[in-house]
Amino acid sequence: MSLVTTLARIEAAATGRARPVATARHRHLAERPLVLVPLTTAGEVGAPLGAMVGTDRDAPRLLVVPQPRDRTLRSAFLAELADAVLPHLEAAQDEVELVERSETDPETGRKAKVEVELCADAPQLVVPSAAGVAYVRLLGRSMRFRRTAEEDPRAAHPAPPRLPLLGRWLTHYGERARVPGSSLLLAVTEVLGRHWATGQSRLEDQHLGALLAWITAGEGESGAEAALRAELARDRDGLLLTPPAGPATDPAFDNRRLAPAVARYDAGLPGAEAEIRELVASQLRPTWDAVWQGLDLLRALPPGAHVADRWKRDRWSYTAHRDRVRGGEPPQPRRDDAVTAARKLAARETAQAELAAQEALDDPLVMAQRRMAGEAFEGEVVEVEMVYSSGKRPMPRPLVTVRTGDRPHLEGGERLHRALESGKSQPGVFTESPAPGLLTVRLTGGMGRGREPEAGSVPEAGETVCWTLFEHAPRGGPDLPDPEETPWTHGGPPDPDALDAPDPVTPEDLL
Amino acid sequence: MSHNSDSQPTTALRRRLAELRGADVAPRPMDARALAALAANPGCRRRALLDGAGVDKGALAQALGSPAPFGQSQFAFVRGHAFEARAKGDGGAELMRLVHSRTAAAGAPAPESGEVSVPDLSAPGPEGRAERTRQALERATADGGWTLLDHPMVRLEVAGSFVHLEPDAVAVHPDGRWTVVEIKSFPVLDGSADPAKVGAAARQAAVYALALKALGVPGGRVDDRALLVCPKDFSNLPTAEAVDLRRQIATTRRQLARLTRLEEIAAALPEGATFDPARPPAELAGSVESVPAAYAPQCLSTCELAFHCRGRARSGGAVEALGREVRGELGGLATVEAVLAAARGEACDTAERSPDHFPKEPAGDPAAAALRRAARLRAEALSAAGRP
Repeated sequence: MSLVTTLARIEAAATGRARPVATARHRHLAERPLVLVPLTTAGEVGAPLGAMVGTDRDAPRLLVVPQPRDRTLRSAFLAELADAVLPHLEAAQDEVELVERSETDPETGRKAKVEVELCADAPQLVVPSAAGVAYVRLLGRSMRFRRTAEEDPRAAHPAPPRLPLLGRWLTHYGERARVPGSSLLLAVTEVLGRHWATGQSRLEDQHLGALLAWITAGEGESGAEAALRAELARDRDGLLLTPPAGPATDPAFDNRRLAPAVARYDAGLPGAEAEIRELVASQLRPTWDAVWQGLDLLRALPPGAHVADRWKRDRWSYTAHRDRVRGGEPPQPRRDDAVTAARKLAARETAQAELAAQEALDDPLVMAQRRMAGEAFEGEVVEVEMVYSSGKRPMPRPLVTVRTGDRPHLEGGERLHRALESGKSQPGVFTESPAPGLLTVRLTGGMGRGREPEAGSVPEAGETVCWTLFEHAPRGGPDLPDPEETPWTHGGPPDPDALDAPDPVTPEDLL
Repeated sequence: MSHNSDSQPTTALRRRLAELRGADVAPRPMDARALAALAANPGCRRRALLDGAGVDKGALAQALGSPAPFGQSQFAFVRGHAFEARAKGDGGAELMRLVHSRTAAAGAPAPESGEVSVPDLSAPGPEGRAERTRQALERATADGGWTLLDHPMVRLEVAGSFVHLEPDAVAVHPDGRWTVVEIKSFPVLDGSADPAKVGAAARQAAVYALALKALGVPGGRVDDRALLVCPKDFSNLPTAEAVDLRRQIATTRRQLARLTRLEEIAAALPEGATFDPARPPAELAGSVESVPAAYAPQCLSTCELAFHCRGRARSGGAVEALGREVRGELGGLATVEAVLAAARGEACDTAERSPDHFPKEPAGDPAAAALRRAARLRAEALSAAGRP
């Protein structure tokens, strides 16, 4: 964490209000995201208790499993979830734009331009917290290897028709959420925490109610008091007024309310199922409303300039998964092979570097952190000296001197980068510091091909400029071999026919 | 051997701890989970004393008006017990098969059914059970067969007093090795489990391993690997992995040794201090305040008193309340007020500015100078974006 954001936390603690740590919104928000608030049964992995799902904040769809240990009821729940979620996830599949992409011809090895489809938009999924993202992954894992009656007529417990497909989509969204800066699947606590610093620790920020309390605390109450109420306040029956954002439930709710109701349901008492539905809804609704409140807060921020670029990558990711499903490929394997795993890791590292650069360029408050860290400097141009390179065709290599209070880590010869109006980045090289507080940079490109630099490509005296030591569009590492070329040191090529078998069904397991 | 008389808590100390707990309050036994959490925050004298004295911290927190929001759902409880019973079922045959497949010496034959002896360890009181456990371990090690100790009792000296601990199971190999078995109900999904939960289980197993090592039974040695038994994927079938404990054992041993001895902490208390939950809250708060705590937000998930300590830390403006990493970043500045004063440039010399407005390195604390720069950069950026 940077001292600039730490200071924001300190300010928040002193003033009792969350303080901004970003002045732009750094994640894409869809116009109609699908919000999913899942609840799980304590101690049971993959045994959902219920969910609230939908795109209309006033009309959530409530799904409830009255007895989470009952396999048939769980199956019915998941079928209903597929019914609620799949139409949304599949909605953007058919509206495409054609994009040119260069691909290497496998036979000639030459690069050629090909036209490929790119989905014009991608559906967004929003969950309350990081635990919710983990649960989406878990749900995806529990469903994608299931077999329907059509696929396996002899299965003892065939899955409802669209279940494996939902599993594959949720797995894809869960996997994509691990890519820094991606927005297909968002956790509200994470996104809010990216934009506001509260007067509590990051650990406590994982509580959605407490985090919102710091951001929205009303007049006459401090964020700390409001957050404490969200964390601990209970009604006369000992139930939390702000239930946990899930997927775990409050143990007091389980023991005092849910367990007796489930017992009544097991005993076949009339009205027991309706009672459980009401109970589960009472735990879900506050979180549902909190998620939408969080989205409102985020929508009020202007989107960062690079957010659309990153969303385009999410669209690529969505399109690629659509193509794999349509191509009849098997579900994602339980474990990635060596090359796939290395590719994913490299892609995430590149995405991380790109996100850090883009957020800084889009947001002066993020750039302030980089300046604080000595990775960028900003100042007023005091002198521009026109110099030309000494080649056959002399090219402009102007020397620009700025006055700055920043203290970048420069010794001489470092490559520097400056964002131009056009959005491109202009390279430069640090040459010297003629006096304390003055830094001279030689521009080495981005001025056109002529002898005279293009208009506006060289800053003028009095202009404020910002140079970074980091690249604006960091490249990834070297290419990796195809999976068929995996070296023996990494397990050798994967078996092309190896398919993950469905999970075995045992009498008391949870599938 | 650690149970010789001179390391027993002195009668005077025991009397003192009983006074602190309250005249008619039974001591609350400490478990390995609490011990592992204590070792995670060894600098906290408050927790060391309260746990050492057997104070019910939950009741104390309730009396102080900051009840801990802990609790276990009966669904999780039932499931945990069902899984443990299943894992240990059939006379421990399945469990010993897992012990053999994951931790046995190379080439050692698997235990045949009926070859595993499961001695009866029941006895009145924890001391009796600990003694039965010791005898059973001695016999099993001398016999050289497979033995499963179901819920044995071991004891460990913590900050000058003894704590009784109950591992889920201990397996004795024919070669005299003892393996701590931890049965947990979180799943191993596709060969991997939640690292935080595995870490907690390993710290807990390390506490048991230390207690077993302290027994000093001839011929017996404690395996540096524990067997972690968990449900496989989405099923109720047990699967197991060996977890290397060497680092956890070393860490726990060092941190337990660092725990300030209870005598010292108790001696520093004012006369008449008490933690009896029946006393008035103001008196309790005073007593609790007289023992220094080392609050960190991580305490919230492990210590019943954490909400009380957090309230105190916040009202005192302590920067620890914002996280350990925040504390580390701010150098010697320990309170919110001090940080803000430094950021405003009040604490040290005011920033001198040369004629060309380039700030010179101020003479004061480098942390304060960095804060001033951070504050300037932040204010600049916020005003550039038109935000307050």
